[in-house]
Amino acid sequence: MSELSVNHLLGIKYLKKEDIKLIFETADHFKEVINRPIKKVPSLRDITIANLFFENSTRTKLSFELAQKRLSADVINFSSAQSSVKKGETLIDTVNNILSMKVDMVVMRHPNPGAGVFLSKHVNARIVNAGDGAHEHPTQALLDSYSIREKHGEVKGKKVVIVGDILHSRVALSNIFALQLQGAEVMVCGPKTLIPKYINKLGVKVETNLRKALNWCDVANMLRVQNERMDISYFPSTREYTQQFGVTKDLLNSLDKKITIMHPGPINRGVEITSDVADSDQSIILDQVENGVAVRMAVIYLLASKIKQ
Amino acid sequence: MSQKVLLNQKEVNIILHRLACQLIEKHHNFSNTVLIGLQPRGVFLAQRIANILKEDYKVKDIQLGQLDITFYRDDFRRGEKPLAANATEIDFIVENKNIVFIDDVLYTGRSIRAALTAIQSFGRPNEIELLTLIDRRFSRHLPIQPNYRGRQVDVINDEKVIVHWKENHKEDVVYLIEK
Repeated sequence: MSELSVNHLLGIKYLKKEDIKLIFETADHFKEVINRPIKKVPSLRDITIANLFFENSTRTKLSFELAQKRLSADVINFSSAQSSVKKGETLIDTVNNILSMKVDMVVMRHPNPGAGVFLSKHVNARIVNAGDGAHEHPTQALLDSYSIREKHGEVKGKKVVIVGDILHSRVALSNIFALQLQGAEVMVCGPKTLIPKYINKLGVKVETNLRKALNWCDVANMLRVQNERMDISYFPSTREYTQQFGVTKDLLNSLDKKITIMHPGPINRGVEITSDVADSDQSIILDQVENGVAVRMAVIYLLASKIKQ
Repeated sequence: MSQKVLLNQKEVNIILHRLACQLIEKHHNFSNTVLIGLQPRGVFLAQRIANILKEDYKVKDIQLGQLDITFYRDDFRRGEKPLAANATEIDFIVENKNIVFIDDVLYTGRSIRAALTAIQSFGRPNEIELLTLIDRRFSRHLPIQPNYRGRQVDVINDEKVIVHWKENHKEDVVYLIEK
């Protein structure tokens, strides 16, 4: 297969196993490209991409923008903080206005789940979902799986535990879909209040004891507690959360095997993981950031190749 | 569809040795020269030439790389089929080196144009030459000519030249295929 089965990347839910394989093989080539003395290819020089961020982001936005520039695309950036959205403009109007400027692709982050799907039905451009509410964050899940594949050879058969705030996490949902599609076993671990009620329906294991979860897994993906999305208190205090669900070096050293630690960032050092864990040789957090650029280049390249002249 | 043999195994072998000798004539001990096979089909020829130089002509330390030009092509989004990339392996510095690009068939010259752009990502070479097994005359879209050519052929546009190597097709032979 040399073409994606989808025209937009709205979520992992819409992808096939072969799509992920193609994205990873393409990302391998781009990873080689971004380690050259001149890290840029001219493939997308006639493509214009709009990055629409209706919600704050630092690394995802930087990573997308870098990926687009490494492919020689023209890039325009928009963030809702400085825009007419504040003046009452609708999403479709905002996007159609931008598309009138002959934009071929839209990368969007939006606080509402399904915003990307909605947009793909109403505007004539390729859409990449860069996070929609607590729904999906497909490129993060792809780069996480890509990093597991890089470290462990393949994703199939690996045991992955996602630890922390599963309830508010789009990273968790996309990761569950992506890992299962590739044949990995998935467990979630966190306080009961932060685990969605019907999580069993997704076919994942649930564990509330961190030590047991870590002893089971090959890879632990540590999520941040998303205080900004919490309308009520889900646990008594940050200190108590850290005591039960924070990973320390002592805990890691006391396990039967050497597991891999991942984190999508931004890290709250001392909350979900301690500094010495984040900076240890078991952590592949910075590899994830580098792989993020290569994976996003692959996604954009493959979607752009479906835009016919 | 019919096919005709342009070069048989013996002829291919003679030509490869001649091309290797021509390279030695120009590049002597290859101290400042690197060979780069163009993906996907030039890498077999490049490996063959490197082997002949090493084994039959005792040239030590041949530096051989492979370059993929997919992301530098000028027909992105223009063809029916999407372009699939191949591996690039250049484990040496190309700055100030004499480079010999190696490809099996020179046709429109567009791949070579893409390769000339692609190699710039690795540095500024001293010079770049082109070695090709088959040179399809009168079919160039760009002003590009080989420095070393195996055989020049006149082929009309709906005919195709296919090179088979032992490594991928069990025999060394060049076919002319009429559609």
